[in-house]
Amino acid sequence: MFDACADPKSIEGLTWAFCYLTSAKHLDFYRSFLTVIALLAITAPVALAMGFAGATAARSHIPPVSWLGRTYIWMVRGVPDIVFFLFFVIALDQMIEWTKHQFVCPDWSEPIRQGLEFKVCPQAKVPLGASAQIWHQAYGFLLAVVTFAIVFGAFAANVLYGAMNAVPRAQLETAEAYGMSHRQVFRRVLVPQMWVYALPGLGNLWMILIKATPLLFLLGVKDIVYYARELGGSKTQAYEYPHGDWRLWYFLGLMVFYLCCTRLSEIGLARLTRRLSHGQATAAGEALRKAAA
Amino acid sequence: MTCWETIQAYGLRSIGIGENLLPKTDFTLCQQFTLIGSGLIWNIYFGALALFFGFFLANAVALAKAARNPWVRKPAEWFVFVFRGSPLFIQFFLAYEALVLLPKAGIDILGLHVNTSWTTRAWAGALFVLFLNTAAYSAEIFYGALKSIPKGDLEAAEAYGLTGWNRFIRIEWPTMLRLGWPAYTNEAIFLFHATTLVFFSGFPAFAQKGDALYYANYFADKTFNPFVPYPIVAFYFILLTLAVTAVYGAVNTRLNRHLPSNRRQRIRLRPNLIR
Repeated sequence: MFDACADPKSIEGLTWAFCYLTSAKHLDFYRSFLTVIALLAITAPVALAMGFAGATAARSHIPPVSWLGRTYIWMVRGVPDIVFFLFFVIALDQMIEWTKHQFVCPDWSEPIRQGLEFKVCPQAKVPLGASAQIWHQAYGFLLAVVTFAIVFGAFAANVLYGAMNAVPRAQLETAEAYGMSHRQVFRRVLVPQMWVYALPGLGNLWMILIKATPLLFLLGVKDIVYYARELGGSKTQAYEYPHGDWRLWYFLGLMVFYLCCTRLSEIGLARLTRRLSHGQATAAGEALRKAAA
Repeated sequence: MTCWETIQAYGLRSIGIGENLLPKTDFTLCQQFTLIGSGLIWNIYFGALALFFGFFLANAVALAKAARNPWVRKPAEWFVFVFRGSPLFIQFFLAYEALVLLPKAGIDILGLHVNTSWTTRAWAGALFVLFLNTAAYSAEIFYGALKSIPKGDLEAAEAYGLTGWNRFIRIEWPTMLRLGWPAYTNEAIFLFHATTLVFFSGFPAFAQKGDALYYANYFADKTFNPFVPYPIVAFYFILLTLAVTAVYGAVNTRLNRHLPSNRRQRIRLRPNLIR
């Protein structure tokens, strides 16, 4: 990348360290941190939306909708989430390819499940066998995002369902007494008030989501764990930058990265709680009011 | 092969007893149930031992965190922060890489020869990580419980002339356990869930001796059909969760036995999955 780094074998000391840390592979490593942040940034709102839909469905007065919402919420209970992660990635992939297969090659005669194999026609492969490597990676990342959103959506639904039930009954009754319809009560009274009850749970969930991101590695995405293992493994003289087994230091770096993330989130969440408590009918809100008066 | 023969051949496969080769073709439902169930032995081993040892360390750390002396308090705070703030997955990798770096031949400490090769095995290394991890999470729970002991209880203890060790062992400690127990039950459940990560995180499974998820993953890879093995794992873990809840519920009843029945705390399962 830099002129000084043209011949890595002849340099040493600080220059060597600088060249080593700016090698092409390392730049990929730094970019993979963006993958993790992108996953967080996309998954969090999608999971929140799915959780909101799930919690609203569970509160519905129509029995089938309510059952659907409740099943979704309790789905994740009692089962390790990593089972869901491993399961959904294959299940979603097969579902997408099976659906596409029905449309693209309707006159394909062979069965899709032949003994131990799952075979769709070549045109129904997602992404197509001939597409560029980047599409394969993007598809893998997309599957991971959907999987994370489904699993964390169920957690979020559980939290939001509890928060909706925690809003004081009197508030809703007052709104009804003013002649608001169900829909109006939901939108104008219930939803604005529930956030302060949901925040501790959602904050916890955000921390868990951060700590779940290394599982991307298990889903086959080239994330920071993948690069830490690749770059840290001992390199012989055949490589440009030979070194011993440095994986320990790379993982130590990842650990520091995660500790910084969780610490920053803790501080941010504390501030958000304070702001949301403002003017609420809770102990924290009352304390804020007294401090101001 | 009948199902009974399969159970005899693979029932204890995960600890190396029985058939050496895993099934390669014609996977039956019985084989999947047997092998995945056999893998569950490891999940129970990791979970039960880590919880047992972790309980003692958690009590010590919780007390240290509540101490006034900063030389005692700060290390406890850092211990809890490091293990609660970073993913368990990374902790496993880090521990494995650190243990691999120990000299293979062993270390001589004060003339004693200590063998180190066993530390990189999952049964020791992963257990150690899980032990520290659950100790940190439980310590935070117990610390929170210690801080929420009603002031009246402590004043009453003082009025009776209980001080120091006596006050701690007869008033503070039982109350702390009682208040923290519902949360601690959840921690226990999710520790069992976390044990499924062991064989996916650096620690190799020697001679294909793995846990429930390891075998489920094996079947899913071989059959390209995730719809059978993963629900089986889910089924086993729901049973395990029910068993853990029953055991901890019994302890909870005992801790609360002096209270009127309407004031007892119920255990509620809360989702708190990945570490």
